Amino acid sequence: MSEDIHERQRPVVLEAINAVADRIESEQDHLTELDSAIGDADHGANLTRGFSSVREELEEIEDEPIDAIVKEVGTTLISNVGGASGPLYGGTLLTASQELTDGITAESSVAFAEAYLAKVKDRGDATVGDKTMVDTLTPAVHTYKKSIEEDELPPLTALAKAVDAAERGVEYTVPLKAMKGRASFLGWRSVGHQDPGATSTLYILEELLAVAETHLEGETAVEAVAENVSETDESADDAEATDAEQT
Amino acid sequence: MVGVVVISHSPRAAKGIRDIAVEMGSSDTRLVVAGGDVDGGIGTDPNAIAEAITEAAGVNDDHRSDENKTANDNPTQGEIDDVVLLVDLGSAVMNAELAIEMVTIDNTVHIADAPVLEGALNATVEASSSKATVESVIAAAEDAREYSKIN
Repeated sequence: MSEDIHERQRPVVLEAINAVADRIESEQDHLTELDSAIGDADHGANLTRGFSSVREELEEIEDEPIDAIVKEVGTTLISNVGGASGPLYGGTLLTASQELTDGITAESSVAFAEAYLAKVKDRGDATVGDKTMVDTLTPAVHTYKKSIEEDELPPLTALAKAVDAAERGVEYTVPLKAMKGRASFLGWRSVGHQDPGATSTLYILEELLAVAETHLEGETAVEAVAENVSETDESADDAEATDAEQT
Repeated sequence: MVGVVVISHSPRAAKGIRDIAVEMGSSDTRLVVAGGDVDGGIGTDPNAIAEAITEAAGVNDDHRSDENKTANDNPTQGEIDDVVLLVDLGSAVMNAELAIEMVTIDNTVHIADAPVLEGALNATVEASSSKATVESVIAAAEDAREYSKIN
C-alpha cells in the first residue's frame, strides 16, 4: 500500500522540486540584492547553484520512494549550496525526510514540517525574532499543524494558511535587529532590511502551495485574520487592513 | 591520540593556521585542515570537513604504520581516534555539526568553543600528549579564550 502512495505522489513531488528550483532561479537577483544589504551577497547564487544541481540529479532519483527523493535533494543541496545554507536548507531536508517513509499524508506532512523547523532552530541556534528563516517557518509550521490537527481542515487549506502566516513572518523580519549569522555583525544597521533566508523560505513554501493547488481539493483563499479579532480594537484594525489588501 | 581538524572559511587561513601549529613542534598530532567551499572560494564544505574528520581519526591512515612504529605496543593504536574541531565563523560551526552527523565512523568528535588560531595551537600541543583525551584537548583549546594579548 505504501508503495502505491510513493508511486502516485512521486510525479507531484518531482513537479514541486522543479517548481522550487524555477522560482529560486528567477528570484536569484532579488535574493542576492537582499543579501548584499545585510549579508555577503551570495544567497541567490548559492541557492541557485544548489537547486540547479538538484535539477540535474532528478533524473537519477525519479524512481525512488518519496523520502529517498527528498533526502537526495537534501544531500545535493549540502554538497553544492555552500555557506550556512547547505546545512539549513539541505541538512534539514535530510533529517525531515525520515518522516515521509509512508509518503505524504496530512499526518506525515505535519511531522515533516515540525522536524524541519526543529532542525533549523537547532542547527542555527535561532529562535523567533532573531531575523532568520525561523521567523518564516515558525508561524507557517504552527499554523499548518493547528489547521490540520485542531481545525481538521483539508491539507491544501492548511498549507494556504501556512503560507499566509509565513508571508507575515517575512514582513516581521524587516524591523528586527539581526541576532544570527553574518547580518548580526551589522548590529543596528540590519534593522529595516528583509531577511534573505526568511524570504527564500517563503518562496519555497509558495511553490509547494502552487503545486499542491493543482493536485488537491480545498479552500486556498484564506483570510489573514486572527480568530479573536473582535476582542480588541487594535487587532480588528489589523484585520481590516489585511482584508483590504487581499481584496 | 586525538586528531585535530582546523576549519576556516578561507583555505589559505586554514592552511596557515596549520603551518603555525606545526611549527610549535607538534608534528606527532594528526592535524588536518578543511578550508573553503566546494569551489575553493570563501566558505565551508561539510563533505570536506567530514573527510578531514575521517582523516584526523586515522581511518585508512597509510602513515600510521610508518610513523607510529610503536603502534603495536599500545592497545588503543590501530583503533579510530577521537577528533576535536576548531572552527572560525558561524556557518563553519553549522557545517561542522552537519559533517559530524555525516561521518559514520565510531568515534567521539567535538567542536571546541575557542578562537580558531590560538585554540588550534593549544589543541595541537595537547593532542600530541599520550594522555590526551577529547576532554583534555577541548579544555586546552578553550583555555585560549582567556588569553590576554596586551597587559
